[in-house]
Amino acid sequence: MARMKFLCDADRCIECNACATACKNENEVPWGLNRRRVVTINDGKPGERSVSMACMHCTDAPCQAVCPVECIYTTADGVVLHSKDQCIGCGYCFYACPFGAPQYPQVSNFGSRGKMDKCTFCAGGPEVHNSPEEYAKYGANRLAEGKLPLCAEMCSTKSLLAGEGEIVADIYKERVVTRGYGSGAWGWITAYGADTGV
Amino acid sequence: MAIRYARTPLAMCTLIRALIFLAIALIAVPVNAQQPQTQPQTPSAAQAPLVDPDASAVKEQNLLRESPRIEGTIVIPEPRESVLIQPAGRAWRFFHEVLLHWIGAVVIVGAIALLAIAYLSIGRIRISAGRSGRKVRRFNAFERFSHWLTAASFVVLALTGLNMTFGKLLLLPVLGPDTFSRVSEIAKYVHNFVSFPFVVGLVLIVALWIKDNIPRKVDIVWLKEGGGFVGSKHPQAGRFNAGEKLVFWFALGGGAAVAVSGYLLLFPFYVTNIAGMQLAQIVHSLIAVFFVAVILGHIYIGTLGMEGAFEAMGTGSVDLNWAEEHHRIWLDEEIAKGRGPTPAPEASTSPAE
Repeated sequence: MARMKFLCDADRCIECNACATACKNENEVPWGLNRRRVVTINDGKPGERSVSMACMHCTDAPCQAVCPVECIYTTADGVVLHSKDQCIGCGYCFYACPFGAPQYPQVSNFGSRGKMDKCTFCAGGPEVHNSPEEYAKYGANRLAEGKLPLCAEMCSTKSLLAGEGEIVADIYKERVVTRGYGSGAWGWITAYGADTGV
Repeated sequence: MAIRYARTPLAMCTLIRALIFLAIALIAVPVNAQQPQTQPQTPSAAQAPLVDPDASAVKEQNLLRESPRIEGTIVIPEPRESVLIQPAGRAWRFFHEVLLHWIGAVVIVGAIALLAIAYLSIGRIRISAGRSGRKVRRFNAFERFSHWLTAASFVVLALTGLNMTFGKLLLLPVLGPDTFSRVSEIAKYVHNFVSFPFVVGLVLIVALWIKDNIPRKVDIVWLKEGGGFVGSKHPQAGRFNAGEKLVFWFALGGGAAVAVSGYLLLFPFYVTNIAGMQLAQIVHSLIAVFFVAVILGHIYIGTLGMEGAFEAMGTGSVDLNWAEEHHRIWLDEEIAKGRGPTPAPEASTSPAE
């Protein structure tokens, strides 16, 4: 099976927020929830970079490890999904996630959290593919239709890439070779070490 | 008209000539001015790459030094979303999934094991002189209400709290995912709401008993003699002995800490950011685990471990001989205040009721 991956080429992101907007629209994400967001580092200073961030669908996902009801699972495609029927809204996945992906609607008194919501790689949830129940809870299931996540499909500079890991890596490698300098991909050194050049 | 028509071309010719001259002059000036700047650049521009990103790019290593969080700016109106990466999540995961499981298991199972050993080796501590049949008032109704409000809340909070850490190891395989999730969701809400009666009970307890729990000299003797557990001596004590005082101060300190850290978690982002919530969860769970162990000991000595102790919180009155053995100083004070024991039952032949 394919191993799905997101990659944000930080040398290409122009902070247009089209990815975040496309995600909101495609999945009908409620107000106040941000499955994808664009963060700008060193805004207005030399070396400014923008990065589009959502759930990175980790191998050995921290959210999955800490969930007290084990409602988070990894699909055969390497996509991290969860069951909103089982989620109790405790917030633990949010404490553990390095990327701030889990989001919670405020549904009851105090700051009490509702069911967690996060990027599904446009792959829905545990319900029957593309059923109305699945759409209501998790949004679109484009993967089941043979399509890739809309955020990456919409990206005007093709900074945000989504798809099978090897293909994404090939596209990115070609860019790096053409540019003639090191990686502008976010998190490259953390993920692969400083010795693994591209 | 004709004259004027004839003059126009003349004037136009002059104008055009002037314009051409001006144009040449204008073009000539920038060309001369630019030449000294452009000429030295030409050879190097051909060799250097189009862009040199390393000259100004953010180095990933520099950003990771901003640990525990890498923050930027964000255009959506939610400032907390500006945290791009928080590597501290890994440390929190390690705490929650490894350290807390071990600490929790060792502390709680260890406490139960110690109590079992105590019960098997020391056994139930009897009233040495036997029951006198005479009662002394120890706790009034309001004191008992405060105690049981706190106690009942604590048991509910402890069980629902332990479920968050150990439920998936112990209950999930038994109940199955759907039932376990439903139970856990109810448990979460119960935990949130029962925190309020717990805090009310704790405040009442502290207000009622803090004056009797100030450490005194007799407490040192009590501790040196092992509270009477070791050997058959019964060290003297006031209304509360040193062991009870330790439980009181632990309940006050630990209770305050779990309450504050718990409310920080119950109101996410009101006061703290994500780093604060991770710390609050760590403090909350660690103190709670030790709290459970201390209260297990408290429950043991109040029920199984000692004859005559439970009545104090049950009916509010204790046997005179029990009070004499364990709280002589307090008993003397009560008698001096005219709140002595009830008269002895008539030759113990007539039944009490």
